[in-house]
Amino acid sequence: MRNPVLDIRNVTKHFGAVKALTGVSFSLDQGEIHAICGENGAGKSTLMNIIAGVLQPDDGEIFVEGNPVKIASPSAAQALGLGLVHQEIALCPDASVAENIFMATTSRQRSLLMNYRKLEREAQDVMNRLAPIDVRRKVGDLPISSQQLVEIAKALTLDCRVLIFDEPTAALTEAETRILFEIIRGLKANGISVIYISHRMAEIFELCDRVTVLRDGRYVATGPVADLTPDDVVRLMVGREITQLYPSKQAEGERSHEMVLSVRALGDGQRFQGVNIDLTKGEILGIGGLIGSGRTEIAEGICGLRAITSGEILLHGKPQAIRNYADAVKAGLVYLSEDRKGSGVFLDLSIARNISVLDLDALTGRLGLIDAGAEAALASDFARKLNIRMGSVDAPVSSLSGGNQQKVAIAKQLAVQPKVIVMDEPTRGIDVGAKSEIHSLLRELAMSGIGIIVISSELPELLGLCDRVIVIREGTVAGELDAEAMNEEAVIRLASGVNAQNAQNRRASEHAA
Amino acid sequence: MLAETMGTKAVRAPSWKRLGSMREAGLIAIILALCIAMSFASPHFLTLGNFRAMLMSFSVEGIVVVGMTILLIVGGIDLAVGSVVCFAMVLSGSLFLAGLDPWSASLIGILASALIGAVMGFFVTVVGLNHFITSLAGMVIVRGLCLIITKGTPLSLFTLPPAFKAVGQGSFHGLPYVIIIFVAVVVLFDFLLRRATALRKVFYTGSNEKAALYSGIRTNHVKFWVTVLCSTLAGFAGVIYMSRFGAATPTFGVGMELNIIAAAVIGGASLNGGSGTILGAILGIALLSVVTSSLVLLNVSVYWQDMIKGCILLGAVSIDHFLHKRKAS
Repeated sequence: MRNPVLDIRNVTKHFGAVKALTGVSFSLDQGEIHAICGENGAGKSTLMNIIAGVLQPDDGEIFVEGNPVKIASPSAAQALGLGLVHQEIALCPDASVAENIFMATTSRQRSLLMNYRKLEREAQDVMNRLAPIDVRRKVGDLPISSQQLVEIAKALTLDCRVLIFDEPTAALTEAETRILFEIIRGLKANGISVIYISHRMAEIFELCDRVTVLRDGRYVATGPVADLTPDDVVRLMVGREITQLYPSKQAEGERSHEMVLSVRALGDGQRFQGVNIDLTKGEILGIGGLIGSGRTEIAEGICGLRAITSGEILLHGKPQAIRNYADAVKAGLVYLSEDRKGSGVFLDLSIARNISVLDLDALTGRLGLIDAGAEAALASDFARKLNIRMGSVDAPVSSLSGGNQQKVAIAKQLAVQPKVIVMDEPTRGIDVGAKSEIHSLLRELAMSGIGIIVISSELPELLGLCDRVIVIREGTVAGELDAEAMNEEAVIRLASGVNAQNAQNRRASEHAA
Repeated sequence: MLAETMGTKAVRAPSWKRLGSMREAGLIAIILALCIAMSFASPHFLTLGNFRAMLMSFSVEGIVVVGMTILLIVGGIDLAVGSVVCFAMVLSGSLFLAGLDPWSASLIGILASALIGAVMGFFVTVVGLNHFITSLAGMVIVRGLCLIITKGTPLSLFTLPPAFKAVGQGSFHGLPYVIIIFVAVVVLFDFLLRRATALRKVFYTGSNEKAALYSGIRTNHVKFWVTVLCSTLAGFAGVIYMSRFGAATPTFGVGMELNIIAAAVIGGASLNGGSGTILGAILGIALLSVVTSSLVLLNVSVYWQDMIKGCILLGAVSIDHFLHKRKAS
């Protein structure tokens, strides 16, 4: 009988009506490196946040070394010896590396004054195991990959039995990844158990002992890595029936040769380079890739929201000089942000005021006054076309459901009669009904001649909605999949670089063509 | 206003406009209740003279409140308004004493105030400091300018021509010009804030600066001009004060900014930006003025007055916070 250090049984977690986890069980042996796999939204992060005490499960039990526990807070998790290296960097940018590394320890210590010399010496010892970063530097001054290493160093100082790494290599270079792997193996040799979350199959198969696959918030399977192939894991991750209904796609041979948008060798000198994208009239082009692959940055670069250093953008064959977003809007290129509440809508302003924001000039009469009647008419018009369910156009956007808020955000873009709409996660956090309405709407828009680019982390959406998909990996186009080649496995392979060789061949042939 | 309230009646969910008008209705109720209570407590309260005095007392400050409210809506704040009011007053006054006609002197005073706003706007939008720190420095620097211009002594301006004095002291068929100017400014800006495209951008910027930026609005541009507007209105108020008092004191308006900000916040302007109305802010300053007048008439020691006003501010802001939290949930 094995004696797991951490045992999770039948854990369930809801967020409102959304079931993030349904009866998930998972057990971690002492001294093993255990990978957890699943698509975005499969429930990995929710499960890890429950283990780290950030979230509380609605149902289910957790045992640490055989004892039932309740992990009420992150500090309770630390007291139980459960540490988490966050996917998003959670450091204080204004504090030094040393202070960050010992943040958790410092908050527990009883003495009144900080012994900085001791702190720095100990921090440097820990840091040197990873990389020679001066611990007196401010974290905010370090590049992202170094910050990630600091985050890892911070976790190493905790006296942990279980350490969770959530996509630790997303921001690291190859060499830094090697060092991290050595350290994780060292932890294992010391009897510490590691939960390792990654989308990169190669890493999982190199480093881990066992792998557990989650899908749609449910447990799928666990098995020793030695008995599995990357293809097996990808299949387990995907094996879903597509239950949602998507609008019908372009028929075979219907693809127009009229180019709406062409992006040539676009680069920003930082996050992406050499990006080529073609969008023909009437099609919906999907952009896939992992979070952090540069998808959003590329979209921002196309729409003038991020400075580009190389390449060009053509609309209907004409090169465009886009220096800022106002230029892009004028040219007919609009962007729908993935962060709806943060940068998509004005929550406390009325629906009418939201829809009119891009089109203010057209609504402004003589004397610089807004034609309130025309503004209300514009809003009512779009509300009807997009079937926005609301009390009145004077109601604030915050009074609407997520799906209807998103429709307002889309209406805002449509009000300026764009040629191309780039949508980043257009249906994130939206219920199924509104989702399929938005999908139908996008198809209608595409048929009316507007070029649509959809960035999505949800594979079913990407495959169900789009006529063609390009996959981004590490800031460049890893491959393009047309209607026949499009399936979940192919996208995941390209996104995680399982068979990077094939992708490279594909890219080469693209260039040749 | 009426049409808008009617339009939102059909909406079940509370709209910000409806909350706003609720707040305004609430303020009116509080002011009325206070007035009724005071009419029993003091025979001098419910007299035309007292009401005119109260209106006069907040009319000029009311002009500054208008600018401050718009600045708060864009997400800014200006601690320098008291100093700028004084600056316009002493600059125009000393130019008059130097021989310039009072109208030109006043115009220069107002333009110089606008320039101060432009300098603060530069530091906020180009250098990237926040409004609070920039205007805190502005408050001290401009106060220093007032002392330099006057060499620390009040300017006596009794030689101002009667036509100029009439602006601050005269009246039209018994209605003081000051009140007419105040009402005109309030009505104008209340209208513009609801209808002008340029001022609509103020709401967008203050409500969600990133979304505004993503909508092609030049948010820095908006913030700059609102900062200039706030200082300009403060300068305008300054020259009216000069006309009214026939004097320019280098220590005039110390602490005024707090009264102004308190009034705007009581009236529903959010320090986080994105919301606020001119009407609310004016009701806010009216409330503070009625309270002050009541305290005087009730012979409450002047030492108690600040404390009581502070408590009113705290209460109003707490209610606002509570309402917002309920709206969010």
